[in-house]
Amino acid sequence: MNNKGKTSVKFLGMTVIAMFFFSFALVPLYNVFCEVTGINGKVFQSENSQEYTAEVGRDVAVQFISSNNERMPWVFKPSNEVMGVVTGKYYNATFYVKNTTNKTMTAQAVPSIAPSNAAAHLKKLECFCFEQQELAPGEEALLPVKFLISNELPNQIKNVILSYTIFDITDYNQENLAHLEMHTEKN
Amino acid sequence: MSAVIENHHDDHHHGPAKGLTRWLYTTNHKDIGTLYLWFSFAMFLIGGAMAMIIRAELFQPGMQIVEPEFYNQMITLHGLIMIFGGVMPAFVGLANWLVPMMIGAPDMALPRMNNLSFWILPFAFFILLSSLFMEGGAPNFGWTFYAPLSTTYAPPSVTFFIFSVHIMGASSIMGAINVIVTIMNMRAPGMDLMKMPLFVWSWLITAYLLIAVMPVLAGAVTMMLMDIHFGTSFFNAAGGGDPVLFQHIFWFFGHPEVYIMILPAFGIVSHIIETFSRKQLFGYSSMVWAMLSIAILSFVVWAHHMFTVGMPLAAELFFMWATMLIAVPTGVKVFNWIATMFRGSITFETPMLFACAFVVLFTLGGFSGLMLAITPADFQYHDTYFVVAHFHYVLVPGAIFSIMAAVYYWIPKWSGNMYDERLGKLHFWLSFIGVNVTFFPQHFIGLAGMPRRYPDYALQFADWNMVSTVGAFLFGISQVFFLFIVIKTVMGGKKATDQVWEGARGLEWTVASPAPYHTFGTPPKVD
Repeated sequence: MNNKGKTSVKFLGMTVIAMFFFSFALVPLYNVFCEVTGINGKVFQSENSQEYTAEVGRDVAVQFISSNNERMPWVFKPSNEVMGVVTGKYYNATFYVKNTTNKTMTAQAVPSIAPSNAAAHLKKLECFCFEQQELAPGEEALLPVKFLISNELPNQIKNVILSYTIFDITDYNQENLAHLEMHTEKN
Repeated sequence: MSAVIENHHDDHHHGPAKGLTRWLYTTNHKDIGTLYLWFSFAMFLIGGAMAMIIRAELFQPGMQIVEPEFYNQMITLHGLIMIFGGVMPAFVGLANWLVPMMIGAPDMALPRMNNLSFWILPFAFFILLSSLFMEGGAPNFGWTFYAPLSTTYAPPSVTFFIFSVHIMGASSIMGAINVIVTIMNMRAPGMDLMKMPLFVWSWLITAYLLIAVMPVLAGAVTMMLMDIHFGTSFFNAAGGGDPVLFQHIFWFFGHPEVYIMILPAFGIVSHIIETFSRKQLFGYSSMVWAMLSIAILSFVVWAHHMFTVGMPLAAELFFMWATMLIAVPTGVKVFNWIATMFRGSITFETPMLFACAFVVLFTLGGFSGLMLAITPADFQYHDTYFVVAHFHYVLVPGAIFSIMAAVYYWIPKWSGNMYDERLGKLHFWLSFIGVNVTFFPQHFIGLAGMPRRYPDYALQFADWNMVSTVGAFLFGISQVFFLFIVIKTVMGGKKATDQVWEGARGLEWTVASPAPYHTFGTPPKVD
């Protein structure tokens, strides 16, 4: 084969490798895209607590919905199902959770916002969904979320739904802990 | 006399080796093309047998023949085998046989890799099919293998599925590299890019699509493998992953894949219509530009497969309009084929019959595709039999008819024998009637709301399902008849002339019939 052929083979081989890694690069790209546009109902932690507060706001109803992923036996429900809020002000809400089993379990809540174009305007300063919850057998807890709905919420939205699905990640967590220990040893 | 004998001694490459090792060790593009074509035929019949099981179960409402779990395995394997085992290897086989002969090259650029890319394929499908006999059964999550159905809830055999997809991908990628290097470096002197036969053009574009998206498919199944065995959470919501992400990655591969399965068909049909209309193809350069624009657009329309997952309005509008835009270059191609036939002196030999049916029925499948592209309407059609009817119309009388047309058109060149025209026509009409009786009623039951992928259905869908099953068995039997015709032609028949068809143009018709084992040892001159 001539040199031109070898160059083409190299170029095509590199393209194949690059496209393979591109498929993995789609994962962070997707998350960044969701964060920037606020689509897919994804909610991320807000950094600045002052940026979105405002003196004057309008009334919005926030509904809380909880659901359990299959085979997750915990009791999980919002303390109040609906909350009247004013945009531009911080509010605290809580969710009640209880480990009904006789073993220690770890849970992770995953949030979602509806309608999806409200997601970008719901700012969370604190949320239990940013952490994992470990509960001993029979233990119960009130999980806090501190949030604000910014004044930029589109006017036609009068009602925002904040829903959480709770997952059993006990098995995952042990692997993660092993991973963390390795890190601390290094440090 | 002595000169002849000496000549004979000098010629080391006079013919193929004997026995089984000929096929195992061969680096000859014609041998490998033949292997690919027979392999895809075998897969077509296996996948077809699975389709018969599916249709037999759907003959009447209620559960009659198979268990629902087995039904799910059948629809999964039917899809995977027809796409990765039937259509794609058939096109690679045609590329192997035809691309070097059409551009005046002695062989493919990378003959040993060519051998490897074929011989790993049987292992991939052996692994996939063996999962039928494993504990928990074969993959049962549909050919689109959406996570977490294919990760958290999958049978243990999913790991074998993942490795078989890796092997299929490696085979396709090597095949694509080979085609590109051959076309870019080994064209006969004087054959500019814009003088290349359209089948060569269509395969050049297809090969670039394969290079771009098969690695993404490999990435998607690798992520599944890691989620299943190594505790990652790419698609697991509990660990911060996202199942919708899987659909985005899958369809980023999946939509260009759709064009991988149809662009070579465009090339084939252009040659056949040109030959049997006895006219030069109308609008050659617009055909090339249409294929290029279809290929480029295929990268920005993937989300039309997932309108119902919940996207912002702007995204739904974008993907709707981008999808509809593809109708423009596709329309250009359809009008060019019709313009080629216009005022031609047409004869309807079997390849032409298949090509004409392709133009009509592929366009019909394209129109139902346009209906599905309308976002608000898609919420109604999504995951119904209307979708099944749509993609079977573009794949069966689209891709598969073009492959059959190609076999009838070039088999005199491959085997040196003419096929039996009467039998060929009979095969065409049986297939044509069978395919329409099978899939046309599926439009009706789909619009009436019958969901896809269920082994049972509500009573109001019973009549059309029965019709569809009758058509499917007619179509299935006529493909066994096709096997008979092909074997009969290979075994013997009327000898073909070198040009074979009166209106045939192109370098492959300048060599003897059957094509000698080595062609174009010295490149021809192209004006």
